[in-house]
Amino acid sequence: MEHTSLLERILRGAALTLVVIFFMFPIVWIFMMSFQTNETILRIPPQLIFEPTLANYTALITGKLITAAGTLDIAFMRNLWNSVFLSTTSVAVSLLLGVPAAYAFARHKFRGSEDIAFTLLSFKFAPALLVLLPLTLYFQKLGLANTYIGLIWVYQLICLPLILWIVRGYFEDIPADIEYAYRIGGHSWFATFRKIALPLAGPGIAAAGLLAFIFAWNNFVFALVLASADKQPVTVGALAFITSSGIQYGQISAAIVLSITPTLALALYAQRYLVEGLSLGAVKG
Amino acid sequence: MSQSALTISGVDKFYGPIDRGVHAVKNLTMEIAKGEIVALLGSSGCGKTSTLRMIAGFEEVSRGTISVAGRKVHTLAPVKRNVAMAFEGYSLYPPLTVRENMAFALKAARLPKSEVDAKVASIAKLLEIEDILERYPSSISGGQQQRASLGRALIREADLHLLDEPMGQLEPQLRAVLRGRIKHFIKERGLTAILVTHDQTEANALADRIAVMEGGVLQQFDTPDRIKERPANLFTGTFVGEPPMNVFEAYVGTTAGRINLRLPDGLSLDYDKDAFSAPVRDQLLSRERVVIGIRPYAVRRSKEGVPARVSANQWLGDQTHIAADFAGGSLVLVEHDRTRLDLGAPINVSIDPKNLHVFDQASGEAISHGMELA
Repeated sequence: MEHTSLLERILRGAALTLVVIFFMFPIVWIFMMSFQTNETILRIPPQLIFEPTLANYTALITGKLITAAGTLDIAFMRNLWNSVFLSTTSVAVSLLLGVPAAYAFARHKFRGSEDIAFTLLSFKFAPALLVLLPLTLYFQKLGLANTYIGLIWVYQLICLPLILWIVRGYFEDIPADIEYAYRIGGHSWFATFRKIALPLAGPGIAAAGLLAFIFAWNNFVFALVLASADKQPVTVGALAFITSSGIQYGQISAAIVLSITPTLALALYAQRYLVEGLSLGAVKG
Repeated sequence: MSQSALTISGVDKFYGPIDRGVHAVKNLTMEIAKGEIVALLGSSGCGKTSTLRMIAGFEEVSRGTISVAGRKVHTLAPVKRNVAMAFEGYSLYPPLTVRENMAFALKAARLPKSEVDAKVASIAKLLEIEDILERYPSSISGGQQQRASLGRALIREADLHLLDEPMGQLEPQLRAVLRGRIKHFIKERGLTAILVTHDQTEANALADRIAVMEGGVLQQFDTPDRIKERPANLFTGTFVGEPPMNVFEAYVGTTAGRINLRLPDGLSLDYDKDAFSAPVRDQLLSRERVVIGIRPYAVRRSKEGVPARVSANQWLGDQTHIAADFAGGSLVLVEHDRTRLDLGAPINVSIDPKNLHVFDQASGEAISHGMELA
């Protein structure tokens, strides 16, 4: 480390603290709200001291939302499961299709390869709402509306281009000669893809998969239009908290905490491997 | 030696569409016998690496055929060609140690462990990398990686060993030692090797025959001695040899029974008609203009020679390189003693007709070398 003065260290610490507070505040506030009732949340001025309650979580987990107007059934746990299922499956399908495709785009220049790759990327340019109307009509005709398969299919619009383009870059960074050396050593190209290219691009694939998972998890419009209650993910399911007797801030907060927990956990878990993989993957001599 | 290890016939390489893309290798035909070491020598972009990669199967052959040990291989996948290769960029597998890298192909071929260990040990000793066998590629130097990569190729039993710039990263002393050892290793085992290099010392030291390439065209394919003594054309003549051959354009004329090679600046090299053999004399006299080439060590200083003026004088520790302004160009001569000549000093040089290389002025093809026709 270079030499730094005491003042510099104090200032740096203060600046870092400010940044952390700034970015963490909403999450911390939501976390606190999730342990409060609507009454304590809506107090003016807001207070940091309150009596924590688990009522919000209980309501979500049991599926019974007790409001001033009576008891409502909410399918939050079902929604959470839908989110997990839809995101995981979509990313898995995308990885299955996207990683070999990315390898092909990275290693083999064929007629129109750039055009195809760009077309796939251009899926991300189209405003989702514009695509949705015709898509809904087709899906209804095909019987895909309100099915998991249909949703996973549409989620490929989110995941596939992302994975394809990120992973392609990682494959391109691997010197082709390493693969050639393996192939000339008596292995087929498929073995080379599996044993050399995939492990070396591993961190990239993990990063792309993680990112795609988060995007899929956060998706709202596709699921809103194409799925009915029993297939909806949490993002859409959260609408149920806007009830006739008011917005249930406590439950919404608890729902947010529960729904960001899986992605957060995944990110924290994968981060270790990402950093490790990136520093180990020093390919150049 | 009679059996052919590699036959390349009529091979073209285009990057991009055939006949319209970049024409990297042009109508290449060559045959390499079993047990031979051949160097592909040329400057960057001359097509030598493209040729090597076509043999290995990493580049498609646009036209023509390649056979290894009598099998047509140019459409086969690399794995089916039974060739080994050392890459210029080393291309070691990062997650494996040097030992594992070297043993890799042998393990894939299911050799017993004791045999693999013995082979790795002997190659490692040969290349002086015994002490880094357990290290990972990212933690060793470029020169060590290069030797590991070379070891990975040499350890295999293959019909053909392809070595792309195998010693570019090594220190000069080590390079000289390893050249000898590697040559011995290849010869002892009767391997056939093709090495790509731009270093003519390496080509001369290692190869039985050298293929000089330029602009995608094979210029000459011959033994190192013959390439030096009888260059097929102006390119080979000037490319091979250190310092390079001196080249001048000359008009051929005769006065009073003597042959004059008239150079720019009113200079002329005059020779007795009988100084040339009859066929060479006939060839010379049938032309108006030629290009003459003289190796630097064949230029002599003499009292009655043609005047020149010293423009540089370098003592290299074992020989003197003198550059002189001569006939509108520069003439380099090599002397084995330390020569004290100041800049601008006038000297006279003479050239023995036995050491004269004559080339066609238009095509650059060799006409004669000394007393013999090309």
